[in-house]
Amino acid sequence: MVSFNEQQIAKVKQIIARYPEGKQKSALLPVLHLAQDSFGGWLDVPVMDYVASLLSIEPIEVYEVASFYSMYNLKPVGKHLFEVCQTGPCMVKGCDDIIDYIKLKLNINVGETTADGMFTLKTVECLGACGYAPMMQYGKTYREHLTKEKVDAIIEECRAKSN
Amino acid sequence: MSKKLLLANAHVPGIRTYEVYRREGGYRSVEKALKMKPEEIVEEVKKSGLRGRGGAGFPTGLKWSFIAKPEGVPRHLVVNADESEPGTFKDRYLMEYIPHYLIEGMIVSSFALGSNVSYIYIRGEYAWITNILEEAIDEAKQNGWLGKNIQGSGFDCEIYVQRGAGAYICGEETALIESLEGKRGNPRIKPPFPAVKGVWERPTVVNNVETIAAVVPIINEGGEAYAQIGIGKSTGTKLISACGNINKPGVYEIDMTISVEEFIYSDEYCGGIPNGKKLKACIPGGSSVPILPANLLLTTAKGEKRLMNYESLSDGGFATGTMMGSGGFEVLDEDQCIVKHTYTLARFYRHESCGQCSPCREGTGWMEKILKKIETGKGEMKDIDLLWDIQRKIEGNTICPLGDAAAWPVAAAIRHFRDEFEWHILNPEKCLTENFGLRHYADAIHVPVA
Ligand SMILES: Cc1cc2nc3c(=O)[nH]c(=O)nc-3n(C[C@H](O)[C@H](O)[C@H](O)COP(=O)(O)O)c2cc1C
Ligand code: SF4
Ligand code: FES
Repeated sequence: MVSFNEQQIAKVKQIIARYPEGKQKSALLPVLHLAQDSFGGWLDVPVMDYVASLLSIEPIEVYEVASFYSMYNLKPVGKHLFEVCQTGPCMVKGCDDIIDYIKLKLNINVGETTADGMFTLKTVECLGACGYAPMMQYGKTYREHLTKEKVDAIIEECRAKSN
Repeated sequence: MSKKLLLANAHVPGIRTYEVYRREGGYRSVEKALKMKPEEIVEEVKKSGLRGRGGAGFPTGLKWSFIAKPEGVPRHLVVNADESEPGTFKDRYLMEYIPHYLIEGMIVSSFALGSNVSYIYIRGEYAWITNILEEAIDEAKQNGWLGKNIQGSGFDCEIYVQRGAGAYICGEETALIESLEGKRGNPRIKPPFPAVKGVWERPTVVNNVETIAAVVPIINEGGEAYAQIGIGKSTGTKLISACGNINKPGVYEIDMTISVEEFIYSDEYCGGIPNGKKLKACIPGGSSVPILPANLLLTTAKGEKRLMNYESLSDGGFATGTMMGSGGFEVLDEDQCIVKHTYTLARFYRHESCGQCSPCREGTGWMEKILKKIETGKGEMKDIDLLWDIQRKIEGNTICPLGDAAAWPVAAAIRHFRDEFEWHILNPEKCLTENFGLRHYADAIHVPVA
């Protein structure tokens, strides 16, 4: 059975309290973030059903939202998710080279996960860091002014964390 | 030196904390505002000439005066911090470095609008900024600027931060409201406007981060003093996020009297183009506004120096001008390929279309495919006219302005750089390894096919 711990339940209650009485559905996006962070980095169907029950809404209301927003993963992702921006301003500053380098280094294509389940590479659209391009999102941080050396260092950092 | 208002204290060490922010004069506008009547605040904002900084440039005071006030129905202020227009990263800067500025502006604005619970809707990827804002809100609350009976005024106000989850469309105000209600970000058909029926069917004002921050100096110094800065209907200061091929990318606060040339080449701002390269083109207000070739960027069709303000940037309409938009300023040097750049933008809009309207859903997909075809040397001459035709059929035929926003960049690229598209088609091999370069630079303006 999927279930939040006490602390997480308290957080959910705190979120619901931000909205008027009876409008607890407004908590859906924040609670889905919490669920994704708490249950392995993606939203499996039982997780979404659990969120629906917490907010007293229908499961379909959760599915339709989870499938709309690009930050919710509906499939498992690697332990470390690299999301490299590929929109105009980042393209001008050489994001293609960075993407190619990560592909080579991890031996995967965009959208794939390494065989050991460690890394997933995705391309994303503008993340609001255009002046600090090329860039990627890693977890809850931005890594900016990327170079091949920086990519190496980030991969090392991830490996060290997982050891 | 341009006058600085929002970023005047951005480099004071510790300005992110309440203590330093307050020591530097923070929260004075709240003290002043709470002694005024809400209508008087709206009046000051009207006098200031402040225009919405989210992209559309609608007069803020006027917008506030539209908010419906039905008996017994709560009203809400929602700050738009979705900031997802390619080239734009100014709101992030303000929130990251001086979060209290936004909180201060929100308290004053909430008081003016009668909002006891206000929200900041922030793009989901700005997760660490969410934490910064929540800390600032806690500090403000501990010091009596939020919560019940603020500074003994009888006014109650709470601010909450809501994180989105990756959807450009949620920057459109009615999509944002849907998202805040826990739904997909599908824009609503207007009317009813949010000022009458917004979040939870309650009267709602949605304003950009920078707009709300600008309320602070307007209250501190008075609407008239604010209106003295700038020129014409471009009053006050504007944050510009500069990126692309420039020496000093970053966020700058300008008063809207400086020229585009000065902004690009002076050391105070972008510091010129690296490696002695020449300017080819620029998208001055976020990816949705028309791209201009260097000649039309620096001088209007009338031969006047183009300035960094609403009127001057749009001088000449879409034939020879562009727009201020969100202030996302992207510079392209002589080595950049317009076809490829336009293709990345088309891909962006296809990815971000919410899919409700067929012209936008299908049209953005078609434009992306055709541009990719041309970019990879597989294009045919008739594709250019087809592209032109598709963008025309999207524009004006959709529920929300994302359709237009997707059409305009493509239209402007063809309008001003048709020769580069043709060159790609005529040189299918060469275009894979070489660039068209700067040949169009001094060309006469191309009038597109009808
Ligand atoms: C597709 C689309 C995306 C938008 N994104 C944003 C955004 O990220 N931030 C913003 O402030 N306004 C955005 N807007 C404009 C908002 O709809 C709205 O006009 C604005 O928040 C009003 O605030 P202002 O008057 O203070 O500018 C967007 C509009 C559209 C059509
Ligand atoms: S124009 Fe595009 S984004 Fe806007 S409502 Fe229609 S389909 Fe959705
Ligand atoms: S284009 Fe990559 S962060 Fe904006």
